[in-house]
Amino acid sequence: MLTFTLRRLLLAIPTLLAISLVIFLLVDLAPGSPMSEIPLTVPPDVRQRMIEALGADQPVIVRYVLWLRQFFWVEPATLFDGWFGTTWAEGEQRILSWQSRSPVFTIIGQRLPQTLTVIGTAYLVGILIALPIGIYSAYRQYSLFDQGGTLFAMIGFSVPTFFSGTLFIIIFAVWLGWFPTKYDTQLVVNDWDSFIKQIQQMALPVMTLGLANAAAISRYMRSSMLDNMGMDYVRTARAKGLSERTVVLKHVLRNSLIPVVTVIALGIPAIFGGAIITENLFGVNGIGAALIGAIHANDIPMVQTLAFIFAVLIVLFNLIADVLYGLLDPRIRYD
Amino acid sequence: MTDAAMPKPVSQNRAIWQQFRSHKGAVFGLIVLGLLILFVLIGPLVWVPEKLKVAEAIRLKNQGPSLRFPLGTDQLGRDMLSRMMLAGRISLAVGLVAMLIAIVFGTLIGVVAGYYRRFEGPLMRLTDMFLALPLIPLLLVLVMLFRDRIASVIGPELGAFALIVFAIGITSWMATARIVRGEVLTLKEREYVLAARSIGARPRRIILRHILPNVVSPVMVAATLGVAEAIITESVLSFLGLGFPPDFPTWGRLLFDGLQYMQVYPERVIWPGLAISLTVLSVNYIGDGLRDALDPRIRGR
Repeated sequence: MLTFTLRRLLLAIPTLLAISLVIFLLVDLAPGSPMSEIPLTVPPDVRQRMIEALGADQPVIVRYVLWLRQFFWVEPATLFDGWFGTTWAEGEQRILSWQSRSPVFTIIGQRLPQTLTVIGTAYLVGILIALPIGIYSAYRQYSLFDQGGTLFAMIGFSVPTFFSGTLFIIIFAVWLGWFPTKYDTQLVVNDWDSFIKQIQQMALPVMTLGLANAAAISRYMRSSMLDNMGMDYVRTARAKGLSERTVVLKHVLRNSLIPVVTVIALGIPAIFGGAIITENLFGVNGIGAALIGAIHANDIPMVQTLAFIFAVLIVLFNLIADVLYGLLDPRIRYD
Repeated sequence: MTDAAMPKPVSQNRAIWQQFRSHKGAVFGLIVLGLLILFVLIGPLVWVPEKLKVAEAIRLKNQGPSLRFPLGTDQLGRDMLSRMMLAGRISLAVGLVAMLIAIVFGTLIGVVAGYYRRFEGPLMRLTDMFLALPLIPLLLVLVMLFRDRIASVIGPELGAFALIVFAIGITSWMATARIVRGEVLTLKEREYVLAARSIGARPRRIILRHILPNVVSPVMVAATLGVAEAIITESVLSFLGLGFPPDFPTWGRLLFDGLQYMQVYPERVIWPGLAISLTVLSVNYIGDGLRDALDPRIRGR
């Protein structure tokens, strides 16, 4: 298992390098750069020196390697310095956002909690809705409940989150007035009232994303339960005289959860991508909103870094899913 | 075995159709999608909005539904019904063309990777890499970077169409490639392929005559689901303001335009959103039905 994990980790390095090169080159072709913002009244030789000072005249490969060094050495070292008071990254140039001239990772550090609160809760709610639906649908296959569950999943797949979110805003915020239409990032939770406010403003984005996630996960749960329901060990358990509850919720459920857990792990990077839409719709000031803002402002370092972080998440959670599968299911051995 | 005991033979197409018809959702999907296609193709021929002068149009802006404007008018006094029809044409066209690009590309890569062992490693690594790319951010970046350049070469409307269709197609072929490669790997070991090779058929002929016809079914299912996905992706781009220009709208763009007026005129968001959702829902159901109908193990049970 350890060798497998190590081998997969090593294999992830070339994949990530290739992806980082693609992202770097793609974004590097962008027409907008801080050079184009230099006023035309600046004399050509001064302009040339400014470009040289920013390093923008270096060949692409040099800039790429420098960017990699910043991403993989300077930024982690800065983080380490912040925690333990060391001075490893002192005097090093960090990745700077062109919009705000502050380090990209500082901005991401400020935005990430917003994303994690909303998206994390939404995913959790989605899982908590999906598992019972999937379990009961499988237990009573072809029943009215199962058909309802199938319809729910099909609608959940098909209605895009930007539409379901808009519908929720119209129904629950505009017509009924239960929840605010926009998420207030400034809200500080320090007492009961502000906590209620936080719950209220989180309700709509969490509902939107949660339902979309629940649709997919409930299907996986159902089919995984169905696979296990017909197994010999289930018949044995019933023959031993175990209660139906024990058979389904202990024997079948535990075995059925194995593939579902990996599916849940695989879905995590995708929900960060989906969060871009939800964050924009509800005005959550998270990393998805930061990405859209950076794209509209031609903030190249910010776009590169965020896109690469998304890619790292995908590769990382693929790896986690594979390892989890091996850990949870003793029948699977990779060596 | 006597003749009487044999089941009545049915042609393959008829068997597929019978299985498809027994899937209620798929039939519902087919009917709804058919109606939607009629709506966007025939609709503009039947419903010709009256030509309004600018002054009239300004007076008639933001109208509610009436006989004159069945879906009302937008903030510039344009008839929403005819805008919905024209937008639907583009939305469906984007879905179809992007799917075609993805299918052709995916099948090509899948066949080459499955048939020629030499290319298998590199091509599947390429597929894995594409699968690990963060697609929505990359699509947004692609559109932002190349929109103006392409628009200056072939015009803003065709430019937006070509760019978005190409970008979606080039980022959604991976599933098809994997499916096709898997199928080709098993098919090329079959006896009839060996027989074809032993009489001296060239790889080109073996692939075109013997292998490709047998991967049609899974590719068709992937293609159906691909249309739905492409329509959603396009509307996401439009929704984030990086899609089609406002005078050449898709359903996603209409929804994006309606967002500002959502609190006062919610129907302007609901109609395009409903159209997208219904299209995707019916296409998904059709894909589901096709999967059952094209699978000979399920068919006839």
